[in-house]
Amino acid sequence: MLAAIGVTTIEDLFDAVPSSHRFPKLDLPAPLSEMEVTAELSAMAEANDHAGDFAIFRGAGAYHHFIPSALGHIVSRGEFLTAYTPYQPEISQGTLQAIFEYQSMMCSLTGMDAANASHYDGATSLAEAVTVALEAGRGKRKKIILSPAINPQYRAVVRTYHQGRELKIAGDSGRADISDLVEMLDDQTAMLAVQYPNYFGQVDDLNKLAEKVHAAGALLVLVVNPLALGLLKSPGELGADIVVGEGQPLGISLSFGGPYLGFFACRTEYVRKIAGRIVGETLDQDGRRAFVMTLRPREQDIRRDKASSNICTNQGLMSLTAAIYLSLMGKHGMRKVAELCYHKAHYAAHQIDLLLGFRVDTSKPFFHEFVVKCPRPVAELNALLVEKGILGGIDLGVDYPHLKDHMLIAVTEMNSKAEIDALVDALKETIQ
Amino acid sequence: MSEPLIYDIGSPGRQGATLPVCDVPITPIPSELVRANLDLPEVSELQVVRHFTRLSSLNYSIDKGFYPLGSCTMKYNPKVNEDMARLAGFAQLHPLVDNEGAQGALALMYQLQQWLAEISGFKAVSLAPAAGAQGEFAGILMIRKYHLDRGDTKRTKILIPNSAHGTNPATVTMAGFVAVELPADANGDVDLKALREACDDTVAGMMITVPNTLGLFESHILEVVNAVHDCGGLMYMDGANMNALMGVVKPGELGFDVMHYNLHKTFSTPHGGGGPGSGPVGVGEKLVPFLPGPVVTISEEATGDEEAPLYAMTMPPKSIGRLKAFYGNFGMHVRAFTYIAINGDQGIKDITRHAVLNANYIRVKLQDTYKIPYNRACGHEFVLEGHFEGVENIHALDISKRLMDYGFHPPTNYFPLIVPEALMIEPTESEDKSTLDGFIDTMKKIAAEAHENPDLLRSAPHTAPVSRLDEVRAAKQLVLCCRPIPEQGG
Repeated sequence: MLAAIGVTTIEDLFDAVPSSHRFPKLDLPAPLSEMEVTAELSAMAEANDHAGDFAIFRGAGAYHHFIPSALGHIVSRGEFLTAYTPYQPEISQGTLQAIFEYQSMMCSLTGMDAANASHYDGATSLAEAVTVALEAGRGKRKKIILSPAINPQYRAVVRTYHQGRELKIAGDSGRADISDLVEMLDDQTAMLAVQYPNYFGQVDDLNKLAEKVHAAGALLVLVVNPLALGLLKSPGELGADIVVGEGQPLGISLSFGGPYLGFFACRTEYVRKIAGRIVGETLDQDGRRAFVMTLRPREQDIRRDKASSNICTNQGLMSLTAAIYLSLMGKHGMRKVAELCYHKAHYAAHQIDLLLGFRVDTSKPFFHEFVVKCPRPVAELNALLVEKGILGGIDLGVDYPHLKDHMLIAVTEMNSKAEIDALVDALKETIQ
Repeated sequence: MSEPLIYDIGSPGRQGATLPVCDVPITPIPSELVRANLDLPEVSELQVVRHFTRLSSLNYSIDKGFYPLGSCTMKYNPKVNEDMARLAGFAQLHPLVDNEGAQGALALMYQLQQWLAEISGFKAVSLAPAAGAQGEFAGILMIRKYHLDRGDTKRTKILIPNSAHGTNPATVTMAGFVAVELPADANGDVDLKALREACDDTVAGMMITVPNTLGLFESHILEVVNAVHDCGGLMYMDGANMNALMGVVKPGELGFDVMHYNLHKTFSTPHGGGGPGSGPVGVGEKLVPFLPGPVVTISEEATGDEEAPLYAMTMPPKSIGRLKAFYGNFGMHVRAFTYIAINGDQGIKDITRHAVLNANYIRVKLQDTYKIPYNRACGHEFVLEGHFEGVENIHALDISKRLMDYGFHPPTNYFPLIVPEALMIEPTESEDKSTLDGFIDTMKKIAAEAHENPDLLRSAPHTAPVSRLDEVRAAKQLVLCCRPIPEQGG
């Protein structure tokens, strides 16, 4: 091969690199065999407190759910795993149809008209929703209202994304509830966003909200848990314009926070404004139904500096995962799993509320997460729970100073009655 | 032959996964909270498995054959990477576990930060960005914050060569800057004269891909870096093409201030049909305080030889902030870690050498059949023109579609924009000579067909699951869901 190219050594191919900097020393370890690497990584993996060994009552944006066996087998197929973005549709119909079906199922769950092929995660989906709302406001409306009961990390990501743009963020600095947020609406407001169920697990009454937001000429954006939508009223029924959220509960493993799935769905009028890939149905030259990425002129590779987002990839494999999960669970399984979460969380909340010194916030209905006021600092409680193989809820006081000594507990279908009872017993012991 | 939609399979009442009976007392659910209907498939497990298996067979993939898709680095994705990411201790680790309960994951991330920094000569690395485009965005936000932090508010422009990836100008706009495009000179390099004229105190920085998107290493890279530094700007390197540089040159040593890596390209984490990616950023001294967070640091040094240090998540002091929830795409970090550990120092160097050798071999073998603008030693990829003198109406697209008939994935089409009918070819190091020769012979055969029977190209592909698609129809008569969504409130 070298002779064909006309050089003597491979090194000759790098003459354009400044000789002063060419071929530096590379201080990396010596190569290891697959066997050695497997042993090393297995040891690292086992050094973690994971759900294989612990009862998990921690949520706050990432949830431990059952993943049917068939799912892993399908997603691991090299035909899905090692394909690129379906820019050549003739030989990518598998990926394209799977995305189309994913979009369809997300529309069903959210009650929206259209969904894109996904964003990086729930937080970045919200940041992209802000961009759409600002565009829908034709650049004249430069204020957005965020509920303080939206995941604090999501609100942080919105700030990161929009730090280079002129944007006023209102609503989330204090303890505003829905009616306080409505008070902040004005003719400068591009959107109002609330989380459903909110970060504290509560299901706020959103029935009249859309009307008020629309009266001010703004968009209503809901940040939702898709698994809760197996049971709860759909965002479409509530009048939302854009629905975003974290798709991780739909069959995606916890994986220390990623890769996850940011879903994005909206009403028809905003389809041409949304960022990211979208798959549509069409025909091939022989009249057969086929799928293709569509509305491409919105995207960065064509529109370049006029594009509203630089997003290039989608979470392809994760949207496939969600599509398979939603297919396996289906209409009935989604309802059942959501009900299991609901009942188990309510059982746990009731049992914990009976403990001396622990108080569950029952001021609003909740789904599968709830707030407990604790008699001791949450960090102390969690340290004691870890010793019993239990991962307790997060300490809300870190992000919400007024919620010092409040724990956010998540319960899913994975928590058996025995696990819940063990949690209750362990909490009881901490005050004895 | 087409596969029905999942919604059109199955029958009422079916469910593909089983769930346990509720083992706690039932709590009544307020009816006003409950949704009216839920239109999801009703299919058995076997139906789901067959449906998606049949869909998978409609895809081309690296596991199936040669995938010379320029700028995408479609190398083999070792299977062990997948097993490592699926270890229970990683896959079932909650992201909000306390640092003490995540020492294994943190140790892995810390080590990966160090390795990536070493490979490209940077001071520090953050694994936070979820993809290359997010890494770019992080880089430009860091440049922005660096200038603002010094009280320098005049800098509004970012310079970009006209051969850049589309994400570069889009990123610049997102960060609130104006993109200024620079022309290429006759040699395919950045036009130094135009660059020097553009450099003034309104320039925040420059984004450049090395090797550039023609596959060429800039002949005057140090002059480019110096010109921008001299006017007070910072240098951003798009690291999409790192597969051409490992063990050859370290961007940090060339003077670059920030760069993103594409773990799904250079470090073999799979592309997954379009993602997830992972786009860590590396920075020089000046930008370390601005890194997106959190990053992994050592909170307590190891005391003895046996003891491991204690790792913690920390937010850099002047961080541009969080880019996503949690800490980047950890599952991709595990795969990249596995890849680097198995390859080691020698293997990482060999990757680049073989990738560059393979690209040059194809380039030389095709240079008499296809026009290759800027025909000189290339990096890991090169660009040729997909049209022929004397043959009307044959385009890069036709050659691409015809390649499908021969069992190859086409190269990247129509990019970079500065080459007419561009076909960008990147073979990667994974392929052996016989695969490359097979591709070269096919490209020559297609060139002959273009002259003898051009309709064969225009009507291709002939053997793919579907023929060419009506993309105009897709955009005009928008059908984005299996079924129309029923009116709400029913």
